[in-house]
Amino acid sequence: MQFANYQTEGFHDEMFDNAGIPREEAKLLVDTIESLDDGQFLRCQRSAERILLQLGITFNVYGDSAGTERIFPFDLIPRIVTAHEWAWVERGLKQRIHALNLFIDDIYHDQKILKDKIIPEEVIKSATFYRPQCIGVNPPRGVWCHITGTDLVRHGDGQIYVLEDNLRVPSGVSYVLENRDLMKRTFPQVFEGLRVRPVDDYPSRLLEMLQTIGPRGAKENPTVVLLTPGIYNSAYFEHSFLAQKMGIQLVEGSDLIVQDKKVWMRTTKGLRKVDVIYRRIDDDFLDPTAFRPDSLLGVPGIMEAWRANNVALANAPGNGVADDKVVYAYVPDMIRYYEGEDPILPNVPTYLCWRDADRQHVLANLDKLVVKAANEAGGYGMLIGPHASVKEREEFAEKIIAAPRNYIAQPTLALSRVPTLVEDHFEGRHVDLRPYILYGNEIEVLPGGLTRVALRKGSLVVNSSQGGGSKDTWVLAAPPEHELVQNGSEG
Amino acid sequence: MEENSPLLSRVADAVYWMARYIERAENVARYIGVNLNLQLDLPMNPAQQWQSLIDTSGDGDEFLKRHEEATQHNVIDFLSFDTENPNSIFSCLRAARENARSVRETISSEMWEQVNAMYLHMAGQHLNPGYEWLPEFFRQLRLSSHLFQGITDATMTHNEAWHFTRLGRKLERADKTSRILDVKYFILLPSLRDVGTPYDDIHWSAVLKSVSGLEMYRKKYGRIAPRNIVEFLVMDRNFPRSIHYCISRADNSLRAVTGTEPGTFHYPSERLMGLLRADLDFTPVDQILAGGLHAYLDALQFKINDIDNALLTDFVEWRPQTPAPSQSQSQSQTATAVNGMR
Repeated sequence: MQFANYQTEGFHDEMFDNAGIPREEAKLLVDTIESLDDGQFLRCQRSAERILLQLGITFNVYGDSAGTERIFPFDLIPRIVTAHEWAWVERGLKQRIHALNLFIDDIYHDQKILKDKIIPEEVIKSATFYRPQCIGVNPPRGVWCHITGTDLVRHGDGQIYVLEDNLRVPSGVSYVLENRDLMKRTFPQVFEGLRVRPVDDYPSRLLEMLQTIGPRGAKENPTVVLLTPGIYNSAYFEHSFLAQKMGIQLVEGSDLIVQDKKVWMRTTKGLRKVDVIYRRIDDDFLDPTAFRPDSLLGVPGIMEAWRANNVALANAPGNGVADDKVVYAYVPDMIRYYEGEDPILPNVPTYLCWRDADRQHVLANLDKLVVKAANEAGGYGMLIGPHASVKEREEFAEKIIAAPRNYIAQPTLALSRVPTLVEDHFEGRHVDLRPYILYGNEIEVLPGGLTRVALRKGSLVVNSSQGGGSKDTWVLAAPPEHELVQNGSEG
Repeated sequence: MEENSPLLSRVADAVYWMARYIERAENVARYIGVNLNLQLDLPMNPAQQWQSLIDTSGDGDEFLKRHEEATQHNVIDFLSFDTENPNSIFSCLRAARENARSVRETISSEMWEQVNAMYLHMAGQHLNPGYEWLPEFFRQLRLSSHLFQGITDATMTHNEAWHFTRLGRKLERADKTSRILDVKYFILLPSLRDVGTPYDDIHWSAVLKSVSGLEMYRKKYGRIAPRNIVEFLVMDRNFPRSIHYCISRADNSLRAVTGTEPGTFHYPSERLMGLLRADLDFTPVDQILAGGLHAYLDALQFKINDIDNALLTDFVEWRPQTPAPSQSQSQSQTATAVNGMR
């Protein structure tokens, strides 16, 4: 397979520079792929897809007829991140998560940041995911965001920006692990000569983290379970995958009951106490007595058990207040306020439609901007101005005027691209990157993360529900220190 | 056993049914495969022969809603490919896979991949593949079910969840062996004029073949004789598809789950299982035949149903003091399609 006709078309390409020359870190990979016989690459790609189906690594599509399963398309060309750049991303993510966690704790306690007028109070009080039920709660170690999946994008200027924080129930990490496994099975030769940092230890790290957040008085080896909405949930594969890799029970709401403000699971031998719950159910559905009364998925009374510190929940309820896209705009200010530092990773410039000046600007420039609902995820409730019809823009203008608090706008980013197999040749496709960050005793970042790719030509929407696929992400290790020492002392 | 990793009631139910459904699919494939073979040898009314398969399945009413006549084509369609018939091979494999999917973290990856492969193979078949392909199709199904059982025994810790898979598999197999014997005995016995003819032999051989028992029967008894066949399929201590063998293994698994001493009981399911096992242990075959085989097998099927219900009550549907959301009969999985996640 040759890259001879590959065009970067003026976009920032992760593999080739603007002159079409492979970047330093990608040279070996380009050479390997170009040395393959015709058809060999295609065979690897097909065999990867077949394996995905055999393994049943599929997701359910909402709004599609019941039981529709699709594989999450996987593309064999990886995205490469250099050791140097990754070190910077990791520092930036740790700083950001630390500040966000302090912010959530502050919001549910003294609200200093509101009193000091850094963030307007009405922004918080009107945030959909602000939960007064969480006021005064002290989760173990003061940690609220145990697992985060921050979305990063690279713009045409070469700069990496934070697009979204995803603090509530971020999904996708199973694909990071499966993608790597799939690459090793189908295309092992590409790893030769490269120091790709492993990702396989994520389940161990996750389990260790969950075990450290046990409630006070829990036994030394606390009982940890993963709470899923069930097999009809689009991320069910991931729930069972992670439970299996961690060796913990996968439970549904009906498996748990609350008695004496403690959480128990129903087993063949009677009730067994549960100490830590990695819950993959949104706040809204977690406890019908505290949130939506119509939820069939949750566990009545679980919020009381959590508030009484008899069970730990990861992530902590209420942390979605920081997922609000209006609150997002204030994260750089938060970092300065809590950390006394400038943010390492920049935000995408964001217009808040509830500000009169911003709204005027947004309405006048709908054809250039991306408009997002403040509380939606998964690529829903979004307008990509340059790709939208006049009618769609008019409809969005009405929505913005009707509920300005619910909308934000950002410049349309020229997301960077990675070569992607299209039929029998390579074309550039836009990507983002979602690294996963764990926060127990300390903050740890999984090297790499999920690279999502918009498979439709020209599309900027990478979500799996909207025609997105994924790629393996290779974070390269820095050369081992002994090599540096050797070169230094003997060279 | 396994005090440190207790088994969720829901998971116990799911692995039990996963195993039962695969065993059920295998048995349907067995009946059809043997019948296809049999019809090449027999001059008798083929409709009666295919009707007996519907009778074996116990779904005669369902069949009549869809088809007028028990032709080969209709019967095979109904029992294998009909997506609406809840006991068709297709439906069994779909249900087995849905159950497996809900307990992927409990079973081994290899088991999941095998159930998934069986379902995908069946789902890719959509329609009756045509007469010339059918024998091979059903042979493959049998083999893939054996593969699943082998994988289960070889890759899954023989823990409490494994014992629930064995309970499901053995109870289903005991039920199916009793049904095939019942139907064949019912149909064959009245035709006294065939006794001693080659057809008699062929028909009884087919009964044994459908449980892969002909060769093993020959080793033990030699000549084909209805009394001996009944003894072999009901009472044999070592043939793995005999009813006695299945019930005694199911009883062993139940006791492994509960830890109750043999000869005593703590749960109602243990009592019912123990009674049935003792009955099989100590009833002479001639007494069964004297009382009527049909009546005996009919009662046996009811007893197996009672055990199934008791297992559900003892381990799955028991209720703590606080009312929890109720789940109807284990296998009408409530569709909790609401969700709150991206």
